[in-house]
Amino acid sequence: MSTPTTSRPQRPTAPADPLVAYLVGLGDDALILAQRLGEWITRAPQIEEDIALGNIALDLLGQARVLLSHAGEVEGAGRDEDALAYLRDEREFRNVCLVEIPNGDFAVTMARQLVFSAYQYELWTALRNSTEPLLADLAAKAVKEVTYHRDHATQWVLRLGDGTDEGHRRMQAGLDRVWPYVAELFAADDVAAQLPGVAVDPPSLLAPWTAYVEDVVARATLTVPTPTWHSRGGRRGLHTEHLGHLLPEMQHLHRAHPGARW
Amino acid sequence: MTTAGSAPRTPHGWPLWEVFVRSRRGLSHQHVGSLHAPDGEMALRNARDVYTRRGEGVSLWVVPSAAIVASSPDEQDPFFDPALDKVYRHPTFYEVPEGVEHL
Amino acid sequence: MQVDVDTPPPVEEQQLRFDRMIADEVRIEPRDWMPEGYRRTLIRQIAQHAHSEIIGMQPEGNWITRAPSLRRKAILMAKVQDEAGHGLYLYSAAETLGVDREELLDLLHQGKQKYSSIFNYPTLTWADMGAIGWLVDGAAIMNQVPLCRCSYGPYGRAMVRICKEESFHQRQGFEILHTLSHGTPAQKAMAQDAVDRFWWPSLMMFGPPDSASTHSAQSTAWGIKRFGNDELRQRFVDMTVPQADVLGLRIPDPDLRWDEATGHYAFGAIDWDELDRIIRGDGPCNAQRMERRRTAHEEGAWVRDSADAYARKHAAAATTTSDAA
Repeated sequence: MSTPTTSRPQRPTAPADPLVAYLVGLGDDALILAQRLGEWITRAPQIEEDIALGNIALDLLGQARVLLSHAGEVEGAGRDEDALAYLRDEREFRNVCLVEIPNGDFAVTMARQLVFSAYQYELWTALRNSTEPLLADLAAKAVKEVTYHRDHATQWVLRLGDGTDEGHRRMQAGLDRVWPYVAELFAADDVAAQLPGVAVDPPSLLAPWTAYVEDVVARATLTVPTPTWHSRGGRRGLHTEHLGHLLPEMQHLHRAHPGARW
Repeated sequence: MTTAGSAPRTPHGWPLWEVFVRSRRGLSHQHVGSLHAPDGEMALRNARDVYTRRGEGVSLWVVPSAAIVASSPDEQDPFFDPALDKVYRHPTFYEVPEGVEHL
Repeated sequence: MQVDVDTPPPVEEQQLRFDRMIADEVRIEPRDWMPEGYRRTLIRQIAQHAHSEIIGMQPEGNWITRAPSLRRKAILMAKVQDEAGHGLYLYSAAETLGVDREELLDLLHQGKQKYSSIFNYPTLTWADMGAIGWLVDGAAIMNQVPLCRCSYGPYGRAMVRICKEESFHQRQGFEILHTLSHGTPAQKAMAQDAVDRFWWPSLMMFGPPDSASTHSAQSTAWGIKRFGNDELRQRFVDMTVPQADVLGLRIPDPDLRWDEATGHYAFGAIDWDELDRIIRGDGPCNAQRMERRRTAHEEGAWVRDSADAYARKHAAAATTTSDAA
């Protein structure tokens, strides 16, 4: 972590150990997106798709649990996956803003899936060589999962973009909706910078990601958006207003019964 | 599979696909059910999610239901009964003298 | 597709062959001749069963975003997903009878086909996830296991698959309640409240008493139904009461007692008016469940249309994606 400046709000209980911060960031990405995808179940456009979105959400939730559990162990303060998922406040979450924005229609969700799964594909592919054994092990498993997620999103972006006029219009609107959140995924990150060999430098993932995604967008007869603004700050706990609505729903029951087992 | 006089598709109905799963190497694909999908690529992906959530398979086939040519139950007797009396096709038909092994 | 037969055997002969197959417990398969009533009964029952799985996703889906631990969230998500899968296995079985899933969904959306009334009750607390797994899935399994031997092959095979997958559903429900009932006083009260609300509706899941059941006799003769409603209900009570003791939860029935003479638990009168009311649409969640289902279907129409249009455009390339063998 760089030294916090006093002119800006303090980061509440920002993890002191960069490895903890890194694990929490990746874990929060997976957790919050799993939460969003879970909202789709019973609402998907076809029953087969309820199952597909459920599978993806389950994969992400599995990744989140491994990452948050390990973060808790490394931290050594007795926090387990649930303490981290349920007992942190909004400003302590370290996910990128992309994963917390509302689902929108199926096109918005598929646009986000394409962006995020293609990012995670490059991320986990690179992390297979991490010197942190847990990350390398998880990456070996996760890269298979996200290969499927990326393919699933690709198939849908093609079918919506190159299908009917309405599909095309909505899919382009979906890309336009999520593209302002893309740059944040690849922004240089001071936590990753402190973990050479362990973490991946986010800007290094941009070129392969761009090659893959731009090809899909072109094949879908769509246009890569050029957003006028960009999200930033999720990794430092500066989120959109949406996270403050997602977390109470996710956390309220757990918090209403302090110390209870479930 | 297809039924005689099966209903025509409604305007928004995706075609029906039959799904076959190879549960492990060394075994042949087995029919497990059907699903709807707009095309073969999606049918294959849907089959993965619907029929192999518990690691039931190592390989999948999807076949348009309309492409299956089936024998008719009305012709069951002429089709299959003639095979029943060819007992000499089965090894148990033959007498083997005692003491002969590996035959 | 079928090889044309010049003159199909007369109906009387077909009927005799069908009756003999039923009597010999030989499975009926999709292209066999079958009486129209048999086909209609199966379509109605399988469709209602499939609709129940799909609507049944909602009461539990209601808690996915709020599950109190990540482990529970994963289990619940997997379970609701299984229910979608079970619905699809069943629609697939129904489609072998010459109906299209889309037609069946239309009938559901128009309120012309039913689903199990149990899903018209709200899930008000987390403990309801436990009560649904333990009681509702427990009752469903009791109903479903005999269906694995149903005379109609595709239905029986779908049920085998479903029963295999459902075994974890009941167990996870029991585990939720066990954890709650051995937790804080507030958790235990939550568990008891859920059992209080779901006990009677679970008994109603077995349907009206055999004396009042309209379809029972014919379904039994056709080998679709293997046991009477009352017999299965009794088995469920006998199985469940001792489990309630292990949970340390009370069954909300003052008349419940062990009857030495019959070797079964005797239980109180079921409020059949309540079931009738809910079947007529006057339950707490009927309108809400249907609305959600219709909305999902309607809002998904443009997605399905677009995929259809894409498939048409790319028809030539679409059929050769997987290597056979």
